[in-house]
Amino acid sequence: MSTLLEVSGVSVSFDGFRAISNLSFRIAKTELRAVIGPNGAGKTTFMDIVTGKTRADEGRISWGDEGTSLRGLSEARIARMGIGRKFQKPTVFEDQTVQENLLMALKNKRGVFGVLFYRPSDRDLDRVAEWAGEIGLADHLLRKSGELSHGQKQWLEIGMLLAQDPRLLLIDEPAAGMTPQEREKTTDILVKAARTRAVVVVEHDMDFVRRLNCKVTVLHEGSVLAEGSLDHVTANQAVVDVYLGR
Amino acid sequence: MKIRVLAALVLGLACGSVAAQTARTAPDGLEPVQTILQENRLLIEQGSRTTIGPVIDALANSGLPQAQAVLQAWQAKDMWQRKSDGLFFAGQKADGSYTLTDFDSGETVGRADKNALDQIKPNSGIRALIGAALVQFQLSDPDPALRADAVATMARRADASMLAPLRASIPGETDPALLAQKKRLEALLTMAFDPDDAARVAAIDAAGSDLGLDLRATLNPLVATRRAVSAGAVPEGLNIARQLTPGTDALPRAEAWAMLVQAGLAAPLKTPHDRNAALEQHIEKGKVGGVPLVQLNSEAKRDQAYANLAAAGLVTGYVPAEEQARTLESHSFYDEYLEPSAPVTEAAQAALTRIALKVGANQALDLGLDALSLASIYFLAAIGLAITFGVMGVINMAHGEFIMMGAYTGYVVQQVVPGHTLSIIVAIPAAFAVTFMAGVALERLIIRHLYQRPLESLLATFGVSIVLQQLAKNIFGTQARPLTAPAWLDGAWVVNDVVSISFIRIAIFVLALLFLALFLFIMKRTRLGLETRAVTQNPRMAASMGINPARVNMLTFGLGSGIAGIAGVAIGLFAKVTSEMGGGYIVQSFMTVVVGGVGNIWGTLAGAVMIGFTQKGIEWFNPSNTLAAQTYMIVFIIIFIQFKPRGIIALKGRAAGD
Amino acid sequence: MQRSFFARNPSALVFISILAITVLLVTIFSDAFGVGPISTSFVKTLGKTLCLCLVALAMDLVWGYCGILSLGHFAFFGLGGYMIGMWLMYRRTHDIVVASMAESALPPTPQDITDAIANQIFGVVGSADFPLIWYFADSLFLQLALVVLVPGLLALVFGWLAFRSRVAGVYLSILTQAMTLALSLYLFQNDSGLRGNNGLSGLQNLPGLDQVPQSVVSVWFLWGSALALALGYLLAAWLVSGKFGSVMRGIRDNEARVRFLGYSVETFKLVVFTLTACIAGIAGALYYPQAGIVNPAEIAPIASVYLAVWVAIGGRGRLYGAVIGAAFVSLVSSWFTGGQAPDVPLGFYTIKWVDWWLIVLGLSFVLVTLFAPKGIGGLVDLWVHRKSPDRHGADLGPSAGALREQEASE
Repeated sequence: MSTLLEVSGVSVSFDGFRAISNLSFRIAKTELRAVIGPNGAGKTTFMDIVTGKTRADEGRISWGDEGTSLRGLSEARIARMGIGRKFQKPTVFEDQTVQENLLMALKNKRGVFGVLFYRPSDRDLDRVAEWAGEIGLADHLLRKSGELSHGQKQWLEIGMLLAQDPRLLLIDEPAAGMTPQEREKTTDILVKAARTRAVVVVEHDMDFVRRLNCKVTVLHEGSVLAEGSLDHVTANQAVVDVYLGR
Repeated sequence: MKIRVLAALVLGLACGSVAAQTARTAPDGLEPVQTILQENRLLIEQGSRTTIGPVIDALANSGLPQAQAVLQAWQAKDMWQRKSDGLFFAGQKADGSYTLTDFDSGETVGRADKNALDQIKPNSGIRALIGAALVQFQLSDPDPALRADAVATMARRADASMLAPLRASIPGETDPALLAQKKRLEALLTMAFDPDDAARVAAIDAAGSDLGLDLRATLNPLVATRRAVSAGAVPEGLNIARQLTPGTDALPRAEAWAMLVQAGLAAPLKTPHDRNAALEQHIEKGKVGGVPLVQLNSEAKRDQAYANLAAAGLVTGYVPAEEQARTLESHSFYDEYLEPSAPVTEAAQAALTRIALKVGANQALDLGLDALSLASIYFLAAIGLAITFGVMGVINMAHGEFIMMGAYTGYVVQQVVPGHTLSIIVAIPAAFAVTFMAGVALERLIIRHLYQRPLESLLATFGVSIVLQQLAKNIFGTQARPLTAPAWLDGAWVVNDVVSISFIRIAIFVLALLFLALFLFIMKRTRLGLETRAVTQNPRMAASMGINPARVNMLTFGLGSGIAGIAGVAIGLFAKVTSEMGGGYIVQSFMTVVVGGVGNIWGTLAGAVMIGFTQKGIEWFNPSNTLAAQTYMIVFIIIFIQFKPRGIIALKGRAAGD
Repeated sequence: MQRSFFARNPSALVFISILAITVLLVTIFSDAFGVGPISTSFVKTLGKTLCLCLVALAMDLVWGYCGILSLGHFAFFGLGGYMIGMWLMYRRTHDIVVASMAESALPPTPQDITDAIANQIFGVVGSADFPLIWYFADSLFLQLALVVLVPGLLALVFGWLAFRSRVAGVYLSILTQAMTLALSLYLFQNDSGLRGNNGLSGLQNLPGLDQVPQSVVSVWFLWGSALALALGYLLAAWLVSGKFGSVMRGIRDNEARVRFLGYSVETFKLVVFTLTACIAGIAGALYYPQAGIVNPAEIAPIASVYLAVWVAIGGRGRLYGAVIGAAFVSLVSSWFTGGQAPDVPLGFYTIKWVDWWLIVLGLSFVLVTLFAPKGIGGLVDLWVHRKSPDRHGADLGPSAGALREQEASE
């Protein structure tokens, strides 16, 4: 199993507080991974570091077959290299239609002039319709995304990520605020997506993680506490201590 | 200085011969002072300022103790001459006639009717000369006040003749302060007038790098120069300051040529204007000097035409450029010291350089004080903003107008409350109250609705600022209103001749410190501060802990605005109070907060200090142009933000938000 | 889905029709070409208003669509005016000087002419030399290029510095305001080379066209301004209707999201900022020959604030909103401050609009911000029942809320 992303020995601190300390983490090219951990474990900071939002103080982040270093690259550059990120709160462009949202995400030229002279081809529109079907929004293409329900916005955002055609997807709490049915659908989308790419899901909800049925990484105080199947890690005394307190 | 001494000397010689003539006619057997008076009888009677000098000198330098009484009587128009024998006496009017007192014996010699006497009436010029001569007697007067007067007079009218009496009076001086003054004056007079060059050099070297203006006033004439030109090489035996080459910045060619003309060594050059006029006079059939008129639209062609005219003998004064250069080369141009002694000028030059260095250092210190006071003004103006913007994250573009409001409150209070001290004491809390209320109103009515919409709160407060400015204009008019500081704030703390700082600025500095302390106290030690910090960090959490965020926001905003009002009173004390004064501070204040680092009072302090010092520093390089200084300051800040986007004292990570 | 440009931008067609009809009517009724009930000064006012509409359009692009509240676009406007003013003033003074020198006996040298022009232009600031920045003043073509290049370059450098260091939101606004202040303070200096606070004057006189009456020139400029506005509107409509517009609005609503989609937000912002600065420069170059004078007071920060006021009142985030706002507010302003509005006697006090108009404007601005964020354009929504998502009071700008919540909850 070849490695897509390898994070090794990464640390970052804010005003002396070490949010991430000596974190090492690797993920294969096609893999679904859940990252869990209590509040303040550094889950979001970990995503920030990988996506370039936060700069690591030390350590190595290598990407792809060539092992390109991601440290010091801009968010946009990292995104173009194939890392997509979904925020915790659904962030879609509410003032624009579902179609516009997906078109913006669709893998295409990202440069200013490329965008300026871009006119959607029929192929692009078909792909957008296809993705919209995938996330169950085929009937809502021309609606403003601000009018969608919370769950629909979450799916739209996931759809936008998939339209980006990334090799790695980082997803922050996708199931928050969803009804059980919606969760099920979300699980399906993620599991399907992970067949062709790497997907990392940060989640609090153990039920949801169990449903994903994948390898789990437990973060605590900025480093990996345990790794393995959900049953394996929940059997780990250290994990139990961290979650339940001593 | 030297010329005057010389002139006096020549004059003295001339008068000396006159005195010698009169001496022969003087009756013998007279007391010493009377002898001198009789010797100079004609001159005294004549009473002319131009010839009386030697007489006064003769009296003053006679070494006779009586001379002082004579001079005093003369100056006070109390000297009378008896018509019968021409002798001089001090006269005192009593019972319609005059009591005469002999100068030498000091005894009354009798009375005389006014008809038998001639009053010697010195004119004001002569009285001044007598006064100067009297100074040396006063130097040793038993009354310290008179001695102090004498020293002050001497310092004002430095003169070679004073050196000897001054030196003579020093050993007997008992008052330590006066002694120091006398010694200093003696040193200065030595530098300027001592006949011995070595003594002058020693005095100059001993002065070190004293900053006194009097020292510089003494040294500067010593290094004064005169620009001169001579044919061939520089003449020997002159104390030359520097040689000059024509065509350099120090001596442009035109100036050098003008010097030659002045010295009669060359004829004046024709200016292009003269040349053009001459050309116009010689237009013949569309040609000048053989050159067609239409071609005369270049300097070269005009020169050529003029040269042609000159060759034909039609015009004169044409000096071709090469010949000009040759003429200039064959002369020497130089600056010559007026002071002939080279060691003295060298020593004076060295001393001035030392002083300039020290003056520079002191100016830097003075500039530092200036910068500090500017920094405290910015800090005062920005501290209210640091609260509303930094702590609460709310942009208040009307902040400058709150400063203006505070200043106008101060002005209104001064109209009502008598006494500047009392009115300022009343104005400060009044300004706080007014702007606090205004701030609370602004928060309740507008800002409250726009939390989380920072750009819109910026715009809305801009609207408020427009309204407030125009309201102030409508109420108080467009002309500046004075806000007068109490008398005890007038004046300045003077360290030396270079370094001084006005009391108002010190007061503002103190005020700034007070506010820093107050801010720290409120934020760290009071319930309001605690609640403010809590609401700032997490409003929902704070609300669930029983804090009323609406109330806290309102009070914090009021506090920030109130401080702006007080800053307005302080600023109004030295700047003009106008409806537009706020606008001048708003950008600077924001810069202060942003440069320092948002959300941190120490950052605001650091920002104010940095901006104050940088601005003063830039002004120092280009003192005439404060507009340019402000321009460069802002450019500097824009560049600074490149390197420290979060300010000098940055909050890192989560707390900084995004 | 592939619809024509005008189908996607119905407002463009309507707008251009209205503009064309207005210009046509004004021309017919103007002093110069028609029956003449419209005075030359009013034609000029209308022409200037069109230029203000154009700069408001630029402001709307940068602020309403891209979320950058720039308080510097009026400075770019003024710079454009300065650039064309340099040519106008130089050329006209040149003509006058040459005419007066033709009288003299000797033909003038080029240096004579330059000196005389410099003396004429800079005598007022006590100088008689041409500053280096006037090097191209002789060439209309180069100065026209500078109309675009100077504001564009300034915006490019400033924007590059600001966006590169991720200065955004209110910080950026303050920084642009500081830039504007610095520029106006610089121009206020006598040795800035642009005549200090005297500014450049006499710009209404076109060199070589002395025999053409102002009434005709004013109509020419009205046409020119209208053409520029129409082209500007089409350009803006084209920009905002495509994917570029999507990205712009995306940046406005959630900069970080756009970044994580792989777009270089900084570059997009820089392009929009610079492009709009160029448009502002062109607008200024058309405005000031109609105004006759450009001076540093025009560039003062408050002018850029008023620009934001116009756009806000008209309704930002829609192109016609900016145009309506600029036209409405500037025309009403000049009516009130021009002394035409009747005073309101209250018995104890008489409201003079010259003094009170700004207060009304400021208050209405506050009210619009608070209660009608869509401005006058919101009325159009009521009319066509345009739907927009409930933004839950969120700002039309880089949203602080979304990220903050996410930051706070871990």
